[in-house]
Amino acid sequence: MTRRILIAGISTYWGGRLAQALEGFEEVEAIIGIDSVEPRRELERTEFVKVTNQHSLLSRIVRAAEIDTVVDSRLTVNSVTDRPRSAHDNNVIGTMNIVTACAGSDSPVRKFIFKSSTHYYGSEQDDPAFFLEAMRRPHTPRTPLERDIGEAEGAVAEFAEKHPGVEVTVLRCANVLGPDVDTAFTRMFALPVVPMVLGFDPRLQFVHEDDVVYALEHCVFHETPGIYNVAADGVLALSEAISLLGKRPAPVLPPWGAGLLAGPLRNLGFRIPSEMLNLLRFGRGVDNRRFQATGFRYSHTSREAVAKFGHHLRVDPVMRGVDEGFTYEREVEEFLRWSPHVRRERRSEGVEADHEPLGI
Amino acid sequence: MARDRTSLADPEAPVDEQTAEPASLLPAARPPGRELLPPVEHERTLNDWGRSERVEGFMDATLYEFFYRYWFRVEVEGIENVPADGGALLVSNHAGALPPDAAMIAKAVHEEHPRPRDVYLTVEHFFKGYPGFSMLIPKIGGVAAHPANVHRLLYDEEQLVLVFPEGRKGTEKLYKDRYRLRRFGRGGFVEAAMRAEAKLVPLALVGAEEAMPVFAQVEPLRRLTGLIYFPITPTFPWLGPLGMLAYLPAKFKIRFLEPIDTVALGGREAANDRALVQTVAQEIRARIQESLHDMLGKRKSVWFG
Repeated sequence: MTRRILIAGISTYWGGRLAQALEGFEEVEAIIGIDSVEPRRELERTEFVKVTNQHSLLSRIVRAAEIDTVVDSRLTVNSVTDRPRSAHDNNVIGTMNIVTACAGSDSPVRKFIFKSSTHYYGSEQDDPAFFLEAMRRPHTPRTPLERDIGEAEGAVAEFAEKHPGVEVTVLRCANVLGPDVDTAFTRMFALPVVPMVLGFDPRLQFVHEDDVVYALEHCVFHETPGIYNVAADGVLALSEAISLLGKRPAPVLPPWGAGLLAGPLRNLGFRIPSEMLNLLRFGRGVDNRRFQATGFRYSHTSREAVAKFGHHLRVDPVMRGVDEGFTYEREVEEFLRWSPHVRRERRSEGVEADHEPLGI
Repeated sequence: MARDRTSLADPEAPVDEQTAEPASLLPAARPPGRELLPPVEHERTLNDWGRSERVEGFMDATLYEFFYRYWFRVEVEGIENVPADGGALLVSNHAGALPPDAAMIAKAVHEEHPRPRDVYLTVEHFFKGYPGFSMLIPKIGGVAAHPANVHRLLYDEEQLVLVFPEGRKGTEKLYKDRYRLRRFGRGGFVEAAMRAEAKLVPLALVGAEEAMPVFAQVEPLRRLTGLIYFPITPTFPWLGPLGMLAYLPAKFKIRFLEPIDTVALGGREAANDRALVQTVAQEIRARIQESLHDMLGKRKSVWFG
């Protein structure tokens, strides 16, 4: 069966990575990437459409391209890199628009994959040690970001309810680590000393960036209805993770009132995302068995992901600048794709040679 | 502030209806089986619960060893009632302002059992929010008394779990009420064991009440300090926080009673039977109380046993 896939948020890290991975599969007939900004990764055959979150436009694209699978990778999960207002627009309004675009009896969409975050569960004193997918958030969300994630998932769940014919998958990803991805934890671990809250050593679970891409890819090709936690095996104590990184912990954050301190610290340029404050005290672990039961296997454990990230942190200062970034130029892309003077046969051979399909 | 969660009943109970969402996406079934549990990573000294071989080993070799052998001179009866494998829930009476009983029971299983097993101690959520304790307690085998945690330990990981159904009511009680069991909550521990089809092993412990007698509880000071209670003991608050560790050298006796097979009671299907759960909880409470009376009757001296 050939697949026609739409990736919402092609310019996010996950959208770009997934598109690159899917390009290597022959059964993927078409990949359309939409976003409001230009892609940041070099894509071979993915078609980029610059579009804002307007569901009427999205809906036309979905129907015109006869999309059967929609992957929504736009969700932002860091309140420092994205301002609350734009994060809300993106996470809540954006999700609602995409879901609406896929809705309707004439919609060709048969599968909807939504990348969410374990921030959904929050982090509180009386949490279970391992969240199951079936558990709801025990307390009302404290931060705007967590509230938005809950609302976005609510919109997806409502869509699933109304469209029993569409297979809806929600992936709740744990804290991602990896050389390329930019998350609150990669930033925190890159500091010369890693801040901890005095008197607390939270249990944290990580997942390697490649595993998240493999997980999205796995969902595209396998039957995966429902909600799944995506988190590698093993829950580490923060102190354990810091020693794996070969760094020193600095228990500098006060146990109480860190929220008050966050303001002045922010002015000093040291910004702690508000959703991290509780995480640094109480931590969070999730049960990752349900996703593995669909046949998925993680390539890294939590420990390996942290150790590998530590290795990257040591090597990176030496390697920096070797790899030049990619800038999207519409004219160049159009020339490469559509010009009769570009020899496509040879290029596509090349594609097969260096794009090994990722492990699924 | 810590909520008093006495029920260990339903691991998946939705706590807050405000965030409720359409249920169609939620998986109906429990998570798939034990075979998908993460394998043990031998490079690590911590496990997924945050339990640390190093910290626990250190405590075991120093503090516990001293208290177990020389201070409380623990005597154990009926260790054969602790199953050698499979999940089991140890149910005990509880006493002492900073209760020494949990560590001694865990140490007893380690020392006396032919197949020494780790015991996980269920503790109040309160401790997770308290700096210092929050760091230490998971490292020495403490797990928050959340129904989902107990279920995972008993059913999926087949571990030994120690629970004090009296909870805070047991440690709050004054010296004059010693060895009088408090209410056993709503029987959530029985329900948890039945859901996990794990054995229930009641046990009676004599000595902890005298090791740290509580003469009074001072409510205004409790509020002021934000502690779960503020007791007056022979050493606390006179010696400051250290007074919490100054136990009197009472003789400890631990008696493990005959296990109760929850499968014979109806297992997982019967876990929702409130009447049955209450009956079993009462039965266990009566058996512990009876053994306590028996052990106290035979005891000649508080200090020498």
